[in-house]
Amino acid sequence: MQELIQQLINGLSLGSIYALIALGYTMVYGIIQLINFAHGDVYMVGAYVGYFCMARAHLGFFTSLVIAMLVCTVLGVVIERVAYKPLRNSTRIAVLITAIGVSLLLEYGMMFFVGPEVRAYPPMPGFMEASYNIGGVIIRAQQLLIIGISLILMIGLQYIVRRTKVGKAMRAVSQDADAARLMGINVDNTISLTFALGSALAGAAGVLVGVYYNSIDPLMGILPGLKAFVAAVLGGIGLIPGALIGGYVIGAVETLVAGYGFSMYKDAVVFAILIAVLMVKPTGLLGKNVREKV
Amino acid sequence: MKKTLTLLLAGALGLATFAGCSSDDAASSNTIKIGINYELSGPVATYGQASLDGIKMAMEEINAAGGIKGKKIELKEYDNKSEPAEATTLATKLMTSDKVVAVLGPATSGNFKATIPIATKDKVPVISGSATADDVTVDDKGVKEYAFRTCFNDSFQGNAMANFASKKLNKTKAVMIVDSSSDYSKGLAENFKKTFTANGGTIVGEEAYVTKDTEFNPILTRIKNQDFDVIYLPGYYNEAGKIIKQARALQITAPVLGGDGFDSPVLLEQAGASALNDVYFTNHYSSLDQDPKVVKFIADFKAKYNSEPNAFHALGYDTMKFLADAIGRASAVDGESIKTALAETKDFSAVTGTFSVDGNHNPVKAIVVIGLKDGQQATSEKIES
Repeated sequence: MQELIQQLINGLSLGSIYALIALGYTMVYGIIQLINFAHGDVYMVGAYVGYFCMARAHLGFFTSLVIAMLVCTVLGVVIERVAYKPLRNSTRIAVLITAIGVSLLLEYGMMFFVGPEVRAYPPMPGFMEASYNIGGVIIRAQQLLIIGISLILMIGLQYIVRRTKVGKAMRAVSQDADAARLMGINVDNTISLTFALGSALAGAAGVLVGVYYNSIDPLMGILPGLKAFVAAVLGGIGLIPGALIGGYVIGAVETLVAGYGFSMYKDAVVFAILIAVLMVKPTGLLGKNVREKV
Repeated sequence: MKKTLTLLLAGALGLATFAGCSSDDAASSNTIKIGINYELSGPVATYGQASLDGIKMAMEEINAAGGIKGKKIELKEYDNKSEPAEATTLATKLMTSDKVVAVLGPATSGNFKATIPIATKDKVPVISGSATADDVTVDDKGVKEYAFRTCFNDSFQGNAMANFASKKLNKTKAVMIVDSSSDYSKGLAENFKKTFTANGGTIVGEEAYVTKDTEFNPILTRIKNQDFDVIYLPGYYNEAGKIIKQARALQITAPVLGGDGFDSPVLLEQAGASALNDVYFTNHYSSLDQDPKVVKFIADFKAKYNSEPNAFHALGYDTMKFLADAIGRASAVDGESIKTALAETKDFSAVTGTFSVDGNHNPVKAIVVIGLKDGQQATSEKIES
């Protein structure tokens, strides 16, 4: 029992990361029906920005987190304006291929500038290295930090989407872009805003992962990006609550599979879930509720 | 029009290639060309870079002393990006277009093995300072004529660590965490298991991961609830560092034992100083060694690079000296004669211990077990072969 709880805590930390990345996938899909394959690499850029803030500029953790989110926000908007906006009326496959191109550009561009080697994050202040032993279950401060920050960001996102005017605009565009335009909504700006929000979350996830695993490299975004995509599909792509549920489910499944002696199959199981979802219920767990999408 | 342009360009390219060849041939008369095929980027880049630093230092010493047979050494350097396919391509390029007489590297067993068929075909010896897998120099078909190394092999390394665990640390229950994507890791684990059980110990658990994994909490949580007193972790520094960090954070305090894959400054960066206590690994050499040859090497290295040499620096240095010694004794400066001279090496005095080459092209030499305290090398113990 104690072991199960420990594994679930491990899974919750990992799941928070997947959920943060999955939100970006799902929001972009919800608004322009594009699987933004460059999203995992925005997360990688976030991790590097955090690294340079902490290791080179000696900024604190929270300052670095905010800077990484801001840089990723700008990056997300630039990617959208430069790579995707000119293709707004092209076929979906053209945009998808462009997304893969942007992904490769970010990966190997980063490799060109910072080198391909794995880097370690600088040592963290004492309070983040602490761990608590509660009845034999060990909870690390970093795990609490990851789960806490993820929850705060997700609540913030929900607030923006549900309670603000721009959120209303996003929901309108996702339902019918043409009708939204007729209602006086600036569709291009709304799409940019969606990219901005998703990329900021990915940037935050990058810094959190850097702190948690203490290591980053230019290709670190590929696998978590794909798994977050699976999470988004599992929850129902285009649905924000779906991405949350999918992220946590994938995190827990991966941890439990590895934790019960099948560590060689953990990635295979995640992608088997993708195949199973696409075959059995392509709309995902929350898929019925089509009108809710953003 | 376009077609003509393409043809012209192709012609120009061809000419450039030929021009390159002829100028190389002219230079070959007064230098001895040696190929460098190392992991200068990618996941095990620090091994390749360290080896190359050692090689360059040895080369400068040799050239300053007048070279070999009156000729200076010239290195042809390439980066194999830590990939076997790239290593193979580079071996072919070095042997057929650069026309080197011997190739040093790659550093890891998998990459090194990939280049051996090319070496045998082109009759150019390849030497690695750190490819420790047993089947690197010998397999079912017998000894690989053109493959040499200056390091001990994995079975020796695994055995030595198992003996250290059961006889020095008095441990009887071990858990192994193995990188299932690496020949090196699997080889070490297999030999550790054999000797450890022969000594009366039991392997209570075996967990696997693959290179580039970052999340080890699930397997460590599983291990934590088992009854064990020591962990054997034969892996490379990137993953080993993360595993040790995550294990210590889960309050797993048992000693962690490893192989020469731990020997990189990145281990400390990844794990953090506080996690690296009660960590032991088998190695080729220790900077704590008081042997005058080692002391001089460390002093010279510090003067040149302004940092502490690790085992890969020492092995790189030894590999270059080993090759130079053989070229000096060889009847002619060509691959075949150098191969014969390398195989005949006796009592060669190296920084990583005096060795002779045996019938399987393995050097017969001593091993060192290094103990870490707060991330620094604190103890070292020599075990003769």
